[in-house]
Amino acid sequence: MMMIFGIPAPLLFGQLLLGVVNGAFYALMSLGLAIIFGMLNIVNFAHGAVFMLGAFTAWGLLNYAGIGYWWALLLAPLIVGAFGVVLERLFISKLYKLDHLYGLLLTFGLALVIEGLVRNFYGSSGLPYRIPKELQGAQDLGFMMMPNYRGWVVIAAAVVCLVTWLVIEKTSIGAKLRAATENAPLVQSFGINVPLMITLTYGAGVALAAFAGVLAAPIYSVNPNMGANFIIVVFAVVVIGGMGSILGSIVTGFGLGIVEGLTRVFYPEGSATVIFVVMVVVLLARPAGLFGRAQ
Amino acid sequence: MMGFSRAQTVAFWLMVAAIMIAPAILYPVFLMKVMCFALFACAFNLLIGYVGLGSFGHAAFFGMGAYITAYTAKAWGWTPELAILAGGAVGGLLGLLFGWLAIRRQGIYFAMITLALAQMNYFLCTQWDFTGGEDGIQGVPRGELFGLISLRSDLAMYAVVAVVFIGCFLLIHRIVHSPFGQVLKAIRENEPRATSLGYRTDDYKLVVFVLSAAIAGIAGGMKSLVFGIATLTDVNFPMSGEVILMALVGGMGTIFGPVVGAAVVITMQNYLAPFGAWVTVTQGVIFILCVMAFRRGVIGEIAARRRIAL
Amino acid sequence: MNLSRRALLGTAAALPAAASVGPARAQKPVLKIGVLTDLSGVYQDIVGPLAVESTRLAIADFGVADKGFDVEVLIADHQNKADIGSNLARQWFDRDGVDLIVEGGSSAVALAVAGVAKDKNKAYINSGAATSDLSGAQCNANTLHWTYDTYMQAKSTGAAMVKAGGDSWFFITADYAFGHALSRDVGNFVTSAGGKVLGNVRTPFPGTTDFSSYLLQAQSSGAKVIGLANAGADTINCIKQAKEFGITRPLAGLLMFVSDVHSLGLDVCQGLVLTESFYWNLNDRTRAFSERLWKRMPNRRAGMANAGPYSSTLHYLKTAQVMGAAEIKKNGAASIAQMKKIPTDDDVHGTGTIREDGRKLHPSYLFQVKKPSESKGVWDYYNLLGTTGADEAFRPMKDGNCPLVKA
Repeated sequence: MMMIFGIPAPLLFGQLLLGVVNGAFYALMSLGLAIIFGMLNIVNFAHGAVFMLGAFTAWGLLNYAGIGYWWALLLAPLIVGAFGVVLERLFISKLYKLDHLYGLLLTFGLALVIEGLVRNFYGSSGLPYRIPKELQGAQDLGFMMMPNYRGWVVIAAAVVCLVTWLVIEKTSIGAKLRAATENAPLVQSFGINVPLMITLTYGAGVALAAFAGVLAAPIYSVNPNMGANFIIVVFAVVVIGGMGSILGSIVTGFGLGIVEGLTRVFYPEGSATVIFVVMVVVLLARPAGLFGRAQ
Repeated sequence: MMGFSRAQTVAFWLMVAAIMIAPAILYPVFLMKVMCFALFACAFNLLIGYVGLGSFGHAAFFGMGAYITAYTAKAWGWTPELAILAGGAVGGLLGLLFGWLAIRRQGIYFAMITLALAQMNYFLCTQWDFTGGEDGIQGVPRGELFGLISLRSDLAMYAVVAVVFIGCFLLIHRIVHSPFGQVLKAIRENEPRATSLGYRTDDYKLVVFVLSAAIAGIAGGMKSLVFGIATLTDVNFPMSGEVILMALVGGMGTIFGPVVGAAVVITMQNYLAPFGAWVTVTQGVIFILCVMAFRRGVIGEIAARRRIAL
Repeated sequence: MNLSRRALLGTAAALPAAASVGPARAQKPVLKIGVLTDLSGVYQDIVGPLAVESTRLAIADFGVADKGFDVEVLIADHQNKADIGSNLARQWFDRDGVDLIVEGGSSAVALAVAGVAKDKNKAYINSGAATSDLSGAQCNANTLHWTYDTYMQAKSTGAAMVKAGGDSWFFITADYAFGHALSRDVGNFVTSAGGKVLGNVRTPFPGTTDFSSYLLQAQSSGAKVIGLANAGADTINCIKQAKEFGITRPLAGLLMFVSDVHSLGLDVCQGLVLTESFYWNLNDRTRAFSERLWKRMPNRRAGMANAGPYSSTLHYLKTAQVMGAAEIKKNGAASIAQMKKIPTDDDVHGTGTIREDGRKLHPSYLFQVKKPSESKGVWDYYNLLGTTGADEAFRPMKDGNCPLVKA
């Protein structure tokens, strides 16, 4: 068995691969946050809660309506995205003229309500959600067993990230979105319905988180705390990547997943703090984040 | 007196009177909890109300203050006043470190950085032996004040907490109503102009950050003596969220707001404790209500209606 | 019940602190029992509302009508936080006249509440916490430790698996006091039975949801058994993910309850080995108890930590009958001392005794989770592999360093 830095090669490559899987989740989540922040200038504290809602919706679809995983991948983001649209219309849109801190506080309050309600009705033990049978089993890669489902997660996340990036950077809708971010009144005067765009953008960002939630449901325990445990790390990822940068969040998400995976091999107790340490280092060297623009 | 307006003077003496009479009617331990958190909220409010910096990681200072006081009192046998001072000092040092890193940014970025730093601190606390991990530091002795007066009785401890609270409260007010405070006001209203006048604004902000962190540390230290315990709850994010709620409900930027806010939130938690997760939901609802419709908070509303400053 | 709970906890704030029972003239003494449990957090299925119902069932089964005293139950949620737990205990003892606290939840809460009980000279019987320190270095004259502890788990699961051929272990440990204690206790058993501990990886707690990299390390170590020194959601995740990675070597759920198996499902859990000191389908007495409990809370079967408060409350009430209710209210340490003198007997743990260090003794059972094909229905999950007798299941008193035990 080949040894690298005193670690058996199978273990090292295995962890790297797993790091990419985790990175896929970080990328999806920070992508949603970056889109919402770029467009609305709101740091969506409720992002973890809607991620959790995505997982619960998938569970609910299966248990109350018999709708399986593949449809859930499509339906759950739509349902939760619609819910996000409602939240935006009812609450968030009223705050655009105020200090951005209020947006943060509001979404924080929303997160508490959502998580508290779900915890009240479903408890904290976690609900089971099976891996769909088409994706069960694993490939023997020689240096590790790669569960099919995890491979699928990476592919699905990468595809969605790529498509989102393409839409924003390369299509005319994306161009209008980016223009509205920089100068909303001007874009509005061209006849483009900017408030609608903003609402739909929030819904889209939320839908991305919910999509990540459905992807996560078979792997993690579907429980009300799954978002809260996750969200602060995702914030750190976004700060490192640069708050409004789409490309930054995707690259940083995958990258930090790998860093975290490697830390798990060499120094497991530090795996929870390594991302924050990286954040401090990046902030000292590049205050705007790796891909951000100085404000 | 002391730069208080007439309304504020009245409010102040009302508060002192309430502090003196209340233990005869209400459970003293409950009241001490309110005062510790009121002090914590006042410290937080100093930063957001008077400098405009919203820290989302203030629990780090409160919690480390609690741990340090607990440890020095229990393992080293320090007397309570020294233990509390130690808690405040460590809180302040941590504030220096976090502040230096975070002050470079403002607004949302500042909030996110303080949040992430506080979480890093939380994770470090889970690893450190001295914090006792999940068990926390338990059985913290209240000791003898100045080596002479035993604080074991709730009323004796209450007197100490009241004195420290009122003292720090006046200190905060003094800071705000001083030449230093005037510069802070200028920075808050128009920072580029203050810079152009020659003020090193970052230094001013850092000083306030450290003060805010130190007072939060004192509040945490007192809390650990009152309850005899310091745990991970004190350094974790929900604690930061709670102090923000208290300042918001009471009225950010007002002097008495955080005190009222702390009283409201702690009372609410007490009443709702039998109902489990409804506490979380209720706190969320209050957050939303305050942000949407009640931004000035209780004291802020009263002050605005009567056109006074409180 | 809602109203009296509120009246006690809420408006009692306006009453003078000394809200004691009135003159003895025409009033029966009222024993107040507080159930301090996790109603809303990660352990709510392991203890929680079902533990509350167990307590109530004990009172009903005991039958207070003709016994000369009344019993009142208070309930509160400690949310697994030591500070909340100790504050609630303090308030209950100081302000609300509570005489006994049962259940008591996770290890951190338990230690804090034990300290408060000693301070206020009241009684505390913990059935939910794991730390064997409660009857060891942290024992006191006002506290009893019921149902189970880390040593019991270690001895039953650990030793049994070594005997079955599992002589090399790798631990995945939740990185806090409970996890450390559990992996240490089990590791000791493994080595003293001639086995080896090949490795121990600590996972950040709380908040780790993905154990795949730790499971990978466990697998590549070549150990014959992977010991899960964690509980609740951590254990559930480890098990799920091990299945995902096709890990076939046996997993030892070092602290698992029937509610965890129910959450995960039999196809994921089959073959897992675990230890409980109660199983609803174990014998006629446990079945009878479970039927009575089902009437109060249907669709849930109790695990050992749900059922523990039944046994402890029943014993307290029997002791109250012997001592006299007025006496038992006066002095917590005296009531605990009296409880130690009376042997226990109930449908949950059968017959047993309480030792000087506060440790309750009863047999522990080693179970294996059934295959889906073996199970006759919902909640029929366990096959009994073996029993450890009451005299062997727990740590010998002399090894505990309990200050109450005269050397």
